[in-house]
Amino acid sequence: MAEKEEVKLLGIWASPFSRRIEMALKLKGIPYDYVEEILEHKSPLLLALNPIHKKVPVLVHNGKTILESQVILEYIDETWKQSPILPQDPYERSKARFLAKLVDEQIITAGFVSMARADEKGREALAEQTRELIMNLEKELVGKDFFGGKSVGFLDLVAGSMIPFCLERGWEGIGLKVITEEKFPEYSRWVKNLEKVEAVKDCIPPREKHVEHMNYMGERIRSA
Amino acid sequence: MVDEVILLDYWPSLFGVRTRIALEEKNVKFDYIEQDLCNKSALLLEMNPVHKKIPVLIHNGKPVCESLIQVEFIDETWPKANPLLPSDPYQRAQARFWGNFIDQMLPGLGKLMWGANGEEQEEGKKEFVEMLKTVESELGDRTYFGGETFGYVDIALIGYYCWFDAFEKYGNFSIEAECPKIIAWAKRCVKRDSVAKSLPDSEKVTELVPELKKKKRVE
Repeated sequence: MAEKEEVKLLGIWASPFSRRIEMALKLKGIPYDYVEEILEHKSPLLLALNPIHKKVPVLVHNGKTILESQVILEYIDETWKQSPILPQDPYERSKARFLAKLVDEQIITAGFVSMARADEKGREALAEQTRELIMNLEKELVGKDFFGGKSVGFLDLVAGSMIPFCLERGWEGIGLKVITEEKFPEYSRWVKNLEKVEAVKDCIPPREKHVEHMNYMGERIRSA
Repeated sequence: MVDEVILLDYWPSLFGVRTRIALEEKNVKFDYIEQDLCNKSALLLEMNPVHKKIPVLIHNGKPVCESLIQVEFIDETWPKANPLLPSDPYQRAQARFWGNFIDQMLPGLGKLMWGANGEEQEEGKKEFVEMLKTVESELGDRTYFGGETFGYVDIALIGYYCWFDAFEKYGNFSIEAECPKIIAWAKRCVKRDSVAKSLPDSEKVTELVPELKKKKRVE
């Protein structure tokens, strides 16, 4: 008889990092309990489970705590083998990890800073920087439905949760056009593909509320 | 088919050291090509067009970038000898978490070594020491971070050791006084062939610093 799995996810509705975990769990059909955290009032549970960084997402699996979204994604893939999200080949895996790092380090930074700048010239300069970085993803998508090939994979979850379903909402809020279909045809096709995948679609933050939230975050940074 | 393995690297790089150690642990023969970072080679620019940085591992013509990604790649490509990551998913997650944490020490070290003024340097030192203490408490009384087996987290951190003399000299402090267990661990690591072969000489690294400081001021 199978042991009852206890899977709990601490997350925040607007966080691309916790959304991508929900997508992975849904893709693999893993039932889980979700605990919504509030940025300004972190729960004692969160602080106990992640004392070092005090951040979401936190995955608790049968009493074991796993931190950091990309680490959690790899853990999920290694623990539940159905619907694999990382490629088998070591070179392809290294490429997926490399581009995921690019998303979560350089693209997110350029993206958020572009929203934080109050001056138009500054915003456009950062938008251009962001475009250059996203071009690396554009090239990777040629001839593929998803980064993972025929199905959604690790990089699709990382880049999808971050760019179309987070950064783009922020740019929409401030009227900054960063990604166009002309310049990014592969990316645009990929987003349409993603939106058709139930596990992804069900985990995208609601648009209006999200745009409002991103505006609010941008305002806070700009006035700081 | 015989593997062709090339490593583009810069001798004092604490990142490149990781890849060298991982290759040595697996007994993989590789060609080492020293890079001049002030005059980047066409090969480097071709193999790492995104960041134009070392180390770059080229395996049968295909480039793998970023040191910790390279360590995983090496472990997956040559799985039989000396596994670098544990087999249990939870322990692997722990190892990856600590690998990431160790790299979060870099901004503090940057301030310590290249900070514009004394205040910034002190801030950097404080950040670094605090984080190293956290890493030390994770190590506890174990032989290596993985227990009895030398692996991923040890490889992630040991590259910093050849820079410790430089940090101490320029930060005016003793790492042993702050984190004695880390120093004891490092001394165990350097007894391993893979580490002894790969770690550059601390003295040479420290001698390089004034030249690097000059270059950074010019940038």
